[in-house]
Amino acid sequence: MALLQISEPGLSTAPHEHRLAVGIDLGTTNSLVATVRNGISVVLNDADGRALLPSVVRYFADGSVQVGESAQAAQSEDPTNTILSVKRFMGRGLGDIGDISGSPYRFVDAPSTGQAPGMVQLRTAAGVKSPVEVSSEILKLLRARAEEALGGELVGAVITVPAYFDDAQRQATKDAARLAGINVLRLLNEPTAAAIAYGLDNAAEGVYAVYDLGGGTFDVSILKLSRGVFEVLATNGNSALGGDDFDHRIYCWLLEKNNLSALGASDTRLLLTRARAAKEELTEHDETRVTAILRSGEAIDTVLARRDFHAMSQNLVERTLQPVRRALRDAGLAVADIKGVVMVGGATRMPQVQRAVAEFFRQAPLTNLDPDKVVALGAAIQANVLAGNRSADDWLLLDVIPLSLGIETMGGLTEKIIPRNSTIPAARAQDFTTFKDGQTAMSVHVVQGERELVSDCRSLARFELRGIPPMVAGAARIRITFQVDADGLLSVSAREQGTGVEAHITVKPSYGLSDAEIARMLQDSSRHAQDDMQARALREHQVEANQLLEAVQNALEQDGAALLDDIGQARIRDGMDGLRAMLQTADHPAIKRAITQLNDATVAFAQARMDKSVSRALGGRKLTDLEV
Amino acid sequence: MAISLTENAARHVRNFMAKRGKGVGLRVGVRTSGCSGMAYKLEFADEVAGDDLKFESCGVTVLVDPKSLPYVDGMELDYTREGLNEGFKFKNPNVKTECGCGESFGV
Repeated sequence: MALLQISEPGLSTAPHEHRLAVGIDLGTTNSLVATVRNGISVVLNDADGRALLPSVVRYFADGSVQVGESAQAAQSEDPTNTILSVKRFMGRGLGDIGDISGSPYRFVDAPSTGQAPGMVQLRTAAGVKSPVEVSSEILKLLRARAEEALGGELVGAVITVPAYFDDAQRQATKDAARLAGINVLRLLNEPTAAAIAYGLDNAAEGVYAVYDLGGGTFDVSILKLSRGVFEVLATNGNSALGGDDFDHRIYCWLLEKNNLSALGASDTRLLLTRARAAKEELTEHDETRVTAILRSGEAIDTVLARRDFHAMSQNLVERTLQPVRRALRDAGLAVADIKGVVMVGGATRMPQVQRAVAEFFRQAPLTNLDPDKVVALGAAIQANVLAGNRSADDWLLLDVIPLSLGIETMGGLTEKIIPRNSTIPAARAQDFTTFKDGQTAMSVHVVQGERELVSDCRSLARFELRGIPPMVAGAARIRITFQVDADGLLSVSAREQGTGVEAHITVKPSYGLSDAEIARMLQDSSRHAQDDMQARALREHQVEANQLLEAVQNALEQDGAALLDDIGQARIRDGMDGLRAMLQTADHPAIKRAITQLNDATVAFAQARMDKSVSRALGGRKLTDLEV
Repeated sequence: MAISLTENAARHVRNFMAKRGKGVGLRVGVRTSGCSGMAYKLEFADEVAGDDLKFESCGVTVLVDPKSLPYVDGMELDYTREGLNEGFKFKNPNVKTECGCGESFGV
């Protein structure tokens, strides 16, 4: 860290410059771009006055690309080349995506790079495209829209991601921006961006919940606003739950109602489009009529009542409340502590969602900002600050790490270095040491998760620190530093303090950890807390036992014959055999007892060895003879 | 909730304040600094703002704005020399899991 000098009042802030920066909400269903103009955050519309850009990309055989409304319009006629909801595939392997039988896309599982499985790719008329490339097409269009509206080149953008996006998904988002020629000022969690938009407009102290039901993801965040500081106390969510699922319920209902089965890709698209329109219609009306003509010529004409829609989607609404409960528990808060609830995402317009949220929190949710725009508006405010257009200390922002980060220690145990829900940016260091005499290298295994055993956590990276000078076990001081930057990306370094030898790694995107996995890992950790405690005790005792056995063995080889009679040696060997036998079992209290027995059996021997080495130094007097 | 100074740091601050000839204390805070995170703010204070938090350490008045406090709470300010360079350094007194805030706040 640099050494600081004291500045004159006010002079340590950046000089005031006007630079063009935008906030981008790269959504599953729709994307938006916003900026701060004359001190007010506004969404930038396209030439036709539309704010929302459908996150749809269509590829043509000649390599040309269509993005937005026109691509969306073609989804029924050209489903395999028209990519919707690409955000679901960002940073994911084919195995993470789950059931793809209903999907019209031709997936290609990319070859894995090193240990990490590759990101899934899509075969289109224009060739194989990765989700990063597809997303970059959306970003390119938003960038062009912004540069036209603002009359200049952008210095950068804040791009929002779901709070639960893991390293791979965040990195994929950054890559997409880079591909689109956008300098990413920061990735920002979507609910946090919404809080910025609300917090600045309606600043009031207290704890707030942000309920974000977007097209494809659900996030909930518990935020604390006090004296202008936003602190994210907890986040939770489900990345496989969103407005699309409500469409799908209507779609399934249509199939059932009309006795349809095994539709082609274009018919599936057509009915999903109709289902979405019906859902939106039911926000304002008590019933809606769904009509469509299928490829076979069969006509569909069905009336859907709001009451029936609410019944068929009831359990989807309820599924959003589980993460809400978990987030509250993580924050250590009760429903009564929540001062307000912010609604984000177009799907929160559905009356049954608003009602369920109101019932859960026992208060009406805040809906005074457009739930489709609120994230982009907040991102723009942050981008404006990061670009240096405003005094940067007007407000600060705290974000959190979704899962604990740590390393593997002896016995396959997890040592957490940065606990879950720590605020970022963050850096933590912890000192470790060598396990064996003369050890000159150390393998550092970086893991993510809440469980005690490494095998139950997610492996992120491995690297080795070499060139540790040979020392007795426990003498080396190796400082492991974890650093998580403002985007939530991790770098780890290991440094031997005596010699300064150092090794480090930036955790490369290891595509594959899905949000569902994160949720499962979190649930596992609480469900298995007791097992984990037992497992940790067992491993710790095993490590201790092995260490003891090795030390006693070495001592016996050196001094056993000289200092002990046959009976004494036999007694110690018995103790060692007893301990070895116990090590075969998983009975950790028994191992502990055997350790104690062996320790007891070696007390006299250890005393004799100490006398021997002391006598060498002190010319033949016994330790007990010395007056201390 | 506190910010403290080592005796060495306090001696330097008192010395600088005396040379400067005015001021009510030392202002400690943080600011966002581009995409690389946060940077410390260390300034002379000529006046106490209404919502400032005030700490006394080794005869020095330390002022922290409430927005910055979560970032600097519990920190100890030290004065060290590194080669030809010398200046103030933030230290976390917690020995076991030394918080490398110096790093995370690095520009």
